[in-house]
Amino acid sequence: MTGNWSRAAAAAAAAALVLTGCGAEDEVPVLTWYINPDDGGQQALAQQCTEEADGAYRIQTSLLPNDAPAQREQLARRLAAGDSSLDIMSIDPPFIPELAEPGFLAPVPQDVAERTTEDTLEGALAGAMWNDELVTVPFWANTQILWYRESVAEEAGLDMSEPVTWDDLIEAAREQDKHLSIQGIRAESMTVWVNSLMESQGESILVDPSAGADELETSLDSEAGQRTAEIIGTIGSEQLAGPGVASLDENQSMLMFQRDNGSFMVNWPFVWPATNAAAEEGSVDADLPDDIGWAEYPRVDPDTPAAPPLGGINLGVGAESEHPELAFEAIECIVRPENQTEYFLTNGNPPSSASAFNDPAIEEDFPMAETIRDALDNAAPRPQTPYYNEISESIQLNFTPVSGVNAERTPANTAQYILDVLRGERLL
Amino acid sequence: MSTPAVPAAKRRAKAGKPAKSERTRAEARLGWMLAGPAFVIMLAVTAYPIAQATFDSLFSYRLTTPDEREFVFLDNYLLLFTDWTFWRAFLVTLLITVVTVAVELVLGFALAMVMHRALKALRGVLRTAILVPYAIITVVAAFAWYFMFDINSGFINSWFSWVPGISAELDWFGNTWTALSVIMAAEIWKTTPFIALLLLAGLAQVPEELVEAAKVDGATRTQQFTRVIIPNMKAAIMVAVLFRALDAFRIFDSVFVMTGGDQGTEVLALLAYRQSISRLEIGLGSAVSVVLFLCVLLMCFAAIKLFNVDLASGTDQSQAKGKNGGEDQ
Repeated sequence: MTGNWSRAAAAAAAAALVLTGCGAEDEVPVLTWYINPDDGGQQALAQQCTEEADGAYRIQTSLLPNDAPAQREQLARRLAAGDSSLDIMSIDPPFIPELAEPGFLAPVPQDVAERTTEDTLEGALAGAMWNDELVTVPFWANTQILWYRESVAEEAGLDMSEPVTWDDLIEAAREQDKHLSIQGIRAESMTVWVNSLMESQGESILVDPSAGADELETSLDSEAGQRTAEIIGTIGSEQLAGPGVASLDENQSMLMFQRDNGSFMVNWPFVWPATNAAAEEGSVDADLPDDIGWAEYPRVDPDTPAAPPLGGINLGVGAESEHPELAFEAIECIVRPENQTEYFLTNGNPPSSASAFNDPAIEEDFPMAETIRDALDNAAPRPQTPYYNEISESIQLNFTPVSGVNAERTPANTAQYILDVLRGERLL
Repeated sequence: MSTPAVPAAKRRAKAGKPAKSERTRAEARLGWMLAGPAFVIMLAVTAYPIAQATFDSLFSYRLTTPDEREFVFLDNYLLLFTDWTFWRAFLVTLLITVVTVAVELVLGFALAMVMHRALKALRGVLRTAILVPYAIITVVAAFAWYFMFDINSGFINSWFSWVPGISAELDWFGNTWTALSVIMAAEIWKTTPFIALLLLAGLAQVPEELVEAAKVDGATRTQQFTRVIIPNMKAAIMVAVLFRALDAFRIFDSVFVMTGGDQGTEVLALLAYRQSISRLEIGLGSAVSVVLFLCVLLMCFAAIKLFNVDLASGTDQSQAKGKNGGEDQ
């Protein structure tokens, strides 16, 4: 019996030596890239860059949850716990300061920063910074534009080659008994909307986003805040966004826009390939794409240019990563302009690089590419503060349901709510 | 169900005796050896996290600002008890618990009676059919109910448009009361089989001769039910109510999936989740969790002490006392 045990142990030890010996020689460093769900574009890029690395590293992807706040939750918890598997992370820009402030992100080397931001669009670059330093590398940048049903705009007598205002849209929907496709659900999309309405009036939600929790001041309790609430409240109280406004997210509002009572919609560019695919499948009228037009994001004031929402994904490296140099090398490969172009064409997510828009194939697949690019130039990021989550959730709580939004009370209540939460005087 | 009840009562009776035989001591040792590993694991996975949460609840501690961690003693609790958000979540939790447990008890009783009285040939099929909702994962069930009632994808509005108050434009999740109704209906649908099963076990324990004797004495069906069956099932009912009440008070999945706490439907477990997981405020979130735990503990204590439920034996102690000649507990 003893002999058997010894032989078995010796065999196991020999096998372990052989395995580890082989492994040590052939071992290629594995970089884990935590990606947000998409149409497989990031997975394809991981594979492409692995092949190009020629054995220097191998990128494997790990899928994050569906929505941006849930992605932030997972990343923040892993980073706080010192998880070394966070080599590359796809991060939604508003959550970057919260992760950068405590030093959870590895610093971007100067040369990498220079090479990867040579022609980055202004809005996207702003979203990648914290405390005047580049803490992440811009990958793709997103923005909203105004989508409209040409038949509705025509009947309303709107010249869509000129900027239109929210009042124009409200009036058109009211007169024709059509639905405005906005996002009325209590979710991040509500903060996106409120922020754009504020920024379109030249005001930011926070006076100084870099201030500490005790010193943060909001600009919500102002004329701009009241006008913001007035627009949202009017759409809500007059049911201009339909009866299901409380559950209207980006996807639902696109589906509503595709129906017969669709009129105008503010939404991200994904709606174009999605609507074309639906028309090809037959789930919507085949002629529907011909009736869809696009224009710049609606203005609040006719004379002040709109500041469309800014979204997208930036790439960061975890401070505890075992291969930060390789991770940045991989990031340089991922964000190359030609890869951003390909990602736009295959996944519908616009590039953050200006030169990536130059490919003629983009104009073919996305005839509204120029409108998107212009929007990205004018886009305004959401408040860049480590306390963004609290601010966003407070806005969502107070600005929903949209039917209850009141120009007098809602902005003032929200401002007070944010301050109370940040000072630890109330629950969220 | 009745088999383990008697030895348990006997064991308790033995434990009360002053001198223990060698055999009893050996049995006790064996008992500890067998149960020990499970006990240690239980301590590691329950007692340790509870202790850690209680400790954390005394700090102002945000996961993304670990350097600013500060001992605040009971400030987190003070904030909870003076905030309407907490009390609203508490009341909503209480409402869901009371309504769902009450309805489930009535429906569960009906189902238990049906299963009990069903023909032998049908009994197996019937029990399986009734248990199906309970076998479905809560999150899956919650999504099913959400999609049924959702104004964009649901069919309820279209099928039941003839019912006054229901129309194609009714957004069930856009209003507190309609949203709560759907959440509670989903909970009731899902867990009534659990109560029915526990009550069925209780029904099987009611001696048939007692019912027969009542019949001979001329008792009506209602009298048989209220005077013979219910009193003999008191322990089973209390166990069912206690288990379900504890479960219902910790409700999370259905609310999380269907409304995410919108429209004033937030419950305590969701409040704890939002503070700990969304806000990463470990101290505040731990305080909510500790309060939730204390509420559950209080309910347990109240049920066991006030209603004399003996969870170990499956009978209530007032009955055990009678059977054991008034043994003083």
